[in-house]
Amino acid sequence: MNITATLFGQILTFVFLIWFINRFLWEPLTNMMEERKKRIADGLAASERGLHEKELAEKKAIEILQVAKQEANDVIARAQRRSNEIIEEAKRDAKAENERLLHAANASIDQEVNRAKEELRQHVATLAISAAEKILQKEINADIHAEILNETIAQI
Amino acid sequence: MSEITPVGYIQHHLTNLCVSVGDSCDDKGSFFVLHIDTLFYGWFVASLMMWIAYKVGKNLQTETPSGIQNVVEAIVEFVQQQVKDVFPGKNQLVGPLALTIFVWVFLMNAMDLVPVDLLPKIGEFFHIHSMKVVPTTDLSTTFALSLSVFALIIYYNIKVKGFLGYLKMFLFHPFGKYLIPVNIVMTTIEEIAKPVSLGLRLFGNMFAGELIFLLLAMMGGFSLLGVLPQIILASGWAIFHILVITLQAFIFMLLTIVYLGMAHQDDEEAH
Repeated sequence: MNITATLFGQILTFVFLIWFINRFLWEPLTNMMEERKKRIADGLAASERGLHEKELAEKKAIEILQVAKQEANDVIARAQRRSNEIIEEAKRDAKAENERLLHAANASIDQEVNRAKEELRQHVATLAISAAEKILQKEINADIHAEILNETIAQI
Repeated sequence: MSEITPVGYIQHHLTNLCVSVGDSCDDKGSFFVLHIDTLFYGWFVASLMMWIAYKVGKNLQTETPSGIQNVVEAIVEFVQQQVKDVFPGKNQLVGPLALTIFVWVFLMNAMDLVPVDLLPKIGEFFHIHSMKVVPTTDLSTTFALSLSVFALIIYYNIKVKGFLGYLKMFLFHPFGKYLIPVNIVMTTIEEIAKPVSLGLRLFGNMFAGELIFLLLAMMGGFSLLGVLPQIILASGWAIFHILVITLQAFIFMLLTIVYLGMAHQDDEEAH
């Protein structure tokens, strides 16, 4: 029950044990725990950042959507205006064409009428003459009655 | 052993397996002898520690720690927390030192929980006639630890304060410059008390605990009437002792950290 040279043996054991524990357990383990801590912190920071970015992206998406809607509305309005213009133009064109065609038709009708009148006149004159000839061949000389005939023709 | 007497039984259990390295083992107070049992069990639990430490240190899992690694991590974190709370500044040695003290002392103390006659009886088959199983009931072990700590205290005192600073601590602490002789005596006592109290506290607790285990073990050994009380009392004492061995290991570790922390304070403000 006194201190003996065993002391030195135990001191050696102690020193070696400290070295061993430090070398094979303490250093790797504390490094690992430090790294783990860092990783967890990094992970949390990354998730925080991700959340933030998501919010930003959502905001941006809404903005883009609004712009797109605005543009679409513009396009629709412009298209409507343009279509109205086109319709108006077409109406105007159609009216003009219509009038032109009407004029042409009227003109050609007048022409036809005139020509028909002329033809009819000729025919009637010829018919009247031939009829008169037939009637008058027996009693009337064409030369004597030419004046009367011409008067009649002029009246038609 | 022809006749077993209570005194003989206890004395037998408190005798180390001794090998002479200069002095005779029969003399009381001879220094140059080796206690083989102390060394052996000290090494035995140290090897256990190193084996586990090596195993865990080799296969560290960052993502999925499991089993033994969790236990080791918990202990290491506990020690780390103590160091962080108590120790000012940074020192790479204090952490592993504290961990080693805590676990090694705990394991050596834990040998106390092995039934007192089991290992000596096994030893007798190999013609080993005396054996003390608990290394911390040997002053050599407790003072091996406390003197190592003491050496570190002196080393860090000189390293941090400088040799003159350390000397000044003896001269002007705690009563200022007008009571230098008293200061020298006081500080010397204070410093010497550190390793002595460390070593004796652990030794005293463990020795007393072991002695009570031996006394309880005798109850059944000398009379059949004592068997039942022995079982009850020894169980109770063993359960209580789980607390004691942990507490003693913890106190040894914590005081070591505190002392080294004091050595690291460059105390201009202390006087």
